Amino acid sequence: MIELSDYLLLSAVLFSISVAGIIINRKNVITLLMCIELMLLAVNTNFVAFSHFLQDSAGQVFVFFILTVAAAEAAIGLAIIVVLFRNRATIDVEKLNQLKG
Amino acid sequence: MSFQVIVFYSFAAWLIFSALMVITSKNSVKAALFLVLSFATASAIWLLLEAEFLALSLIVVYVGAVMVLLLFVVMMMDIDYAALRQGFVKNMPLAVVMSLGFFGLLYFFITHGELGTENFAAPAPHDANYSNIKELGRVLYTEYFIAFEVAAVILLVAIISAIALTFRGRKHRKAQVVSKQLAANKKNRLKIVAMDAVVEEDEVEDTDESAESESSDDKKGEEK
Repeated sequence: MIELSDYLLLSAVLFSISVAGIIINRKNVITLLMCIELMLLAVNTNFVAFSHFLQDSAGQVFVFFILTVAAAEAAIGLAIIVVLFRNRATIDVEKLNQLKG
Repeated sequence: MSFQVIVFYSFAAWLIFSALMVITSKNSVKAALFLVLSFATASAIWLLLEAEFLALSLIVVYVGAVMVLLLFVVMMMDIDYAALRQGFVKNMPLAVVMSLGFFGLLYFFITHGELGTENFAAPAPHDANYSNIKELGRVLYTEYFIAFEVAAVILLVAIISAIALTFRGRKHRKAQVVSKQLAANKKNRLKIVAMDAVVEEDEVEDTDESAESESSDDKKGEEK
């Protein structure tokens, strides 16, 4: 049978892959956004797995709210990318140094 | 090997493959399509975990709405992908070390912690007429009602901010200012200009006297 640790390991693999993706795609904002979505997917898989094995639907409710917030975040992030590309004609993160921070 | 095990491992393999393709593909459009694949396989795994409503809403909300939006944005922009991949190889060792270290840590805690079969035995599957949506809705509309309302407000904020950020129409539109309209008087609108009368030649020859009187009338009546 499939155990809880199998699901947890799968989401750990997914999370590690998206961490690597954030490091190697440090220039492309869109890929960074997609890596964040993958991370949220890994976390949600953890929540669903625990909800199933503990027989508690609170985990699924939490996933529901994470999906909502992730959709809002994706919409605002993409709007920011569109405005960014309109003003600077690039989405390179390293060229966004106007604030000299 | 039961059917569930086969389903789990095949979909897990697809999920990991598509996640790897998301982070390594050169073209962002391809990466977005592989992200769609990874969401679809993840929803199959959620179905194994008896979270039917969330699995379907992952397909509907993510694949149907968020990923389509992302694809729109990616395809609209004219991006030089080659320039954006500078430093891809340079950062690769760091990425591999970081992710392997991270995974090693997680692996240690998952396998050596208290997450084994003795603490978390696989629960008996629900019977055929069990409704996941009913269960989820019962909890959502009673215990988590305020959180549900807050989620709705968050979505509203997202709508408004996305529109406000990308709105490109006229910011200062031409509109009536009622106070200015009421404050207007004759002086602002009516301007009296003095002009010489224009008298045509043949009229002067025909009737001298009448022409003169007309021109003096014109002088009075030249109002603009």
